[in-house]
Amino acid sequence: MEDQLTTLETAQKLGLLPEEFEKIKEILGRTPNFNELSIYSVMWSEHCSYKNSIIWLKTLPKDGPRMLAKAGEENAGMVDIGDGLACVFKIESHNHPSALEPYQGAATGVGGINRDIFTMGARPIAQLNSLRFGDPTLPRNQWLMRGVVKGIGDYGNAFGIPTVAGEVFFDDCFTVNPLVNAMSVGLVEHGKTASATSYGVGNPVYIVGSATGKDGIHGAAFASKDITEESAKDLPAVQVGDPFQEKLLLEATLEVIASGAVVGMQDMGAAGIICSNSEMSAKGEHGMDIHLDRVPVRQENMLPWEILLSESQERMLIVVEKGKEAVVEEIFEKWDLNCAIIGEVTEGDRLRYFMHGELVADVPADSLVLGGGAPVYQRSFKEPAYFKENKQFAIDQVEEPKDLKAVMLHLAGHPNIASKRWVYNQYDSTIGTVNMTTNAPADAGVTLVKGTERALAMTVDCNSRYVWADPQEGCAMAVAEAARNIVCAGGEPVAVTNCLNFGNPYNPEVYWQFVEAIKGMAKACEKFQTPVTGGNVSFYNQSSDEGPVFPTPTIGMLGVLDNRDTFTSLAFRQPGDLIYLIGESKNDIASSQYLYSWHKIRQSPAPFFDLDKEFDVQQVVKNLILENLIDSAHDVSDGGLYITLLESAMPRNLGFDISTDMSVRKDAFLFGESQSRIVVSVKSELQEQFLEFMANFDVEYSLLGTVNDGDLIIDGESFGEIEEVKDLYHNALHRILESETEAQA
Amino acid sequence: MKFGVVIFPGSNCDHDTIYLLRNTLGQEVVELWHKDHDLQNCDFIILPGGFSYGDYLRSGAIARFSPIMREVISFAENGGYLLGICNGFQILCEAGLLPGALLHNPSRKFICTNSCLKVQATDTIVTAQVDPDRPLRIPVAHGEGSYYASAEVLRELNDNNQVLFRYCDADGNFTEESNPNGSVENIAGICNRGRNIFGMMPHPERAADPLLGNVDGLSIFQSILQAQDTVEG
Repeated sequence: MEDQLTTLETAQKLGLLPEEFEKIKEILGRTPNFNELSIYSVMWSEHCSYKNSIIWLKTLPKDGPRMLAKAGEENAGMVDIGDGLACVFKIESHNHPSALEPYQGAATGVGGINRDIFTMGARPIAQLNSLRFGDPTLPRNQWLMRGVVKGIGDYGNAFGIPTVAGEVFFDDCFTVNPLVNAMSVGLVEHGKTASATSYGVGNPVYIVGSATGKDGIHGAAFASKDITEESAKDLPAVQVGDPFQEKLLLEATLEVIASGAVVGMQDMGAAGIICSNSEMSAKGEHGMDIHLDRVPVRQENMLPWEILLSESQERMLIVVEKGKEAVVEEIFEKWDLNCAIIGEVTEGDRLRYFMHGELVADVPADSLVLGGGAPVYQRSFKEPAYFKENKQFAIDQVEEPKDLKAVMLHLAGHPNIASKRWVYNQYDSTIGTVNMTTNAPADAGVTLVKGTERALAMTVDCNSRYVWADPQEGCAMAVAEAARNIVCAGGEPVAVTNCLNFGNPYNPEVYWQFVEAIKGMAKACEKFQTPVTGGNVSFYNQSSDEGPVFPTPTIGMLGVLDNRDTFTSLAFRQPGDLIYLIGESKNDIASSQYLYSWHKIRQSPAPFFDLDKEFDVQQVVKNLILENLIDSAHDVSDGGLYITLLESAMPRNLGFDISTDMSVRKDAFLFGESQSRIVVSVKSELQEQFLEFMANFDVEYSLLGTVNDGDLIIDGESFGEIEEVKDLYHNALHRILESETEAQA
Repeated sequence: MKFGVVIFPGSNCDHDTIYLLRNTLGQEVVELWHKDHDLQNCDFIILPGGFSYGDYLRSGAIARFSPIMREVISFAENGGYLLGICNGFQILCEAGLLPGALLHNPSRKFICTNSCLKVQATDTIVTAQVDPDRPLRIPVAHGEGSYYASAEVLRELNDNNQVLFRYCDADGNFTEESNPNGSVENIAGICNRGRNIFGMMPHPERAADPLLGNVDGLSIFQSILQAQDTVEG
């Protein structure tokens, strides 16, 4: 091993700090060889160690009565949903791979997040995604978007899990660095789960699934002296996904867990074999001897560190109870998958790697992992000047537009607000026969839990503009909106997974955004009793041209409908029904899409938000649904009240006749995005009961008007018919993205 | 009636199809593994949707050579009932059990949406109970679903009344806009001349649960069960 000793220079090329190199030497009691240094460089990267974020992540609430696997305990969070079932769910980013190669980057993101779910024994039942791009009229952004959407679709559709909800947001700040966050939700019976652990001296260690290639080996490759320019050419930077292998791996994995032969299991994603080996061994407090030459490879002459770090997709590491090898091998034979013993569990804490019998690396497992020897840093932070500048904004600085209809059409056809049908029609949303929103749109994705009376509600939310304007309140609003969406769909918010997309953490102003966002998330999650079960941190989302992206702490929230009958659509049902607004109208247009893109005012505070009032509004709507007093519920979010009304009216080609509130500016009333408002519709014969019920609560509400058969009437003035706006709303994005194709045709 | 659902490794609508037949309709269903050769005395065999062997080459191109397909083909050639849904339809065309081919959607994109279709031939076991005047709302979800056949084949299909379904709008008109994948003559499903082999791109098994707000697909399965009752009765 000694002949390839490393230097500080190599360590720095691999992304390690001088003090980290010193620490490695201290841990090993000697200078690491290149294999070992590569191991530390990936395991101590932000991606695996959370070294720059963990201090703050630990401040998030993680306990709750339903928690079965808390943050940091397993590959994904697990919560009890009743009837002996548990729900496993997690969100993850694939931003940087998608920026380079949108199709494979996004596809492998979907693959990776699903493996996190089924490695725990849960069968994925639903997927969501949250995407952010630059201006969709620009060719490069269109290329990114087409690739990402096709990548997600091709992988998820073949894998066979419905995509039931998501969000797409456009802003110039995402031009170079798009955000691609994917979430998966799975179900497992209590007691049938698998854990990412390793113990039992002599137990065989298997690698199963795809063969290992030189794909996805990061910085290590370019810093190694052993790599010539010629050989570097065959190292693809981005992994390649194979959803067919993933489907086989899913079925085989669930079968092998059911066989009872499994001690522990973990998928291989970031940092490949070394990551699974070290995390499982550290958790099970054992060591491992691994023979890298026994790993099935897809190309010749792979070096030890390449095999260790490869991020080839669709692979699992399984520790099997000795004596049950035949059971395991038979299952993988059935599914025509590779299945090879590459080593065994040992006493002690060393991970020892051999190549053709020669020891090529020897490291203590615990020294590599989060919570063990991985470094933890407190980064400095500083409030940026823009934060105070934002607060200088006052609504009086903005002249009220004369032509409200022009604003309405602008918003209804704006890519951030218009239907994302161009995107979601490329995702299979009906497979699995569980999606309750196919024929009844709702604020959250809602899926049946077959064999029970229950349903699950799920959503991904974050308004990046609000978080930029005020990271703390903006992030609290992201949690609040997620909870509001679950409540409007008839569910009870249960738990959260997060995907924290920020710029460079070494930039104190970026780190301030991160810290503030965590504070906002913590207080909101406490309020809604939705513990954070884990997720993913993605720093360095920025480009030299545009600075950091808007801070985007995407919230993935899970909710439960104890009885699926409480499922509530956002769609108005019939003419004559009464439209009520629960919550208070405010004279507020701050950070609204209206202010940002109509008035082109980019600096303003986050919209008005009061966490306690928000909670009260949600409680009222939850109870109205339980009491069966409302036919629809839809929250006021992007685009304001006008867009909410429009979205409720469109599914059945209905319209509305409403009055505005004299005490609030008309543009603020219609297009402002102050939080904590929900539009509900009530059958006229239930009005009295509704009013009696509302008298029990100390929550503002007002009668807006009535549902009609397709006219859009505000204060007696007609603003057109639903068909006209519906065409604009439904086809705006399609027209932007397909205009070139159609022009050619 | 005993149903058999063939499971290729990349099938992903097998569970949905089995759930419908077994749990919703209370029928006997067996799973027919692609590596097996035994059809277990099934009366009606379904090739479900999915991506049989990954379908990287061309949908269904490899599945037709799988071990179980030898038995399935001879079963159908001897008059056994065989229905292919989505990927199943693609496999039936690749295997030459049904004429024509399913091409890439002209948009080159996967499409998942509710489609409307109208039954064109009611004299088959899968359509006998379906109201031919009322458009059915049934989801499609595919990347290669654009039905194509030569003029000669189309003439034969029409002359022999082998077109089972055509895409239409909500009012039942066969328009270009209502054709989600550019299929020739809006064709969504066909049968063979013997009227025992059926293929369709839309997924009736996804429109068969009142909890999902749409049961338009049920009438297709009820047709099959009704025929069984008639035979047994």
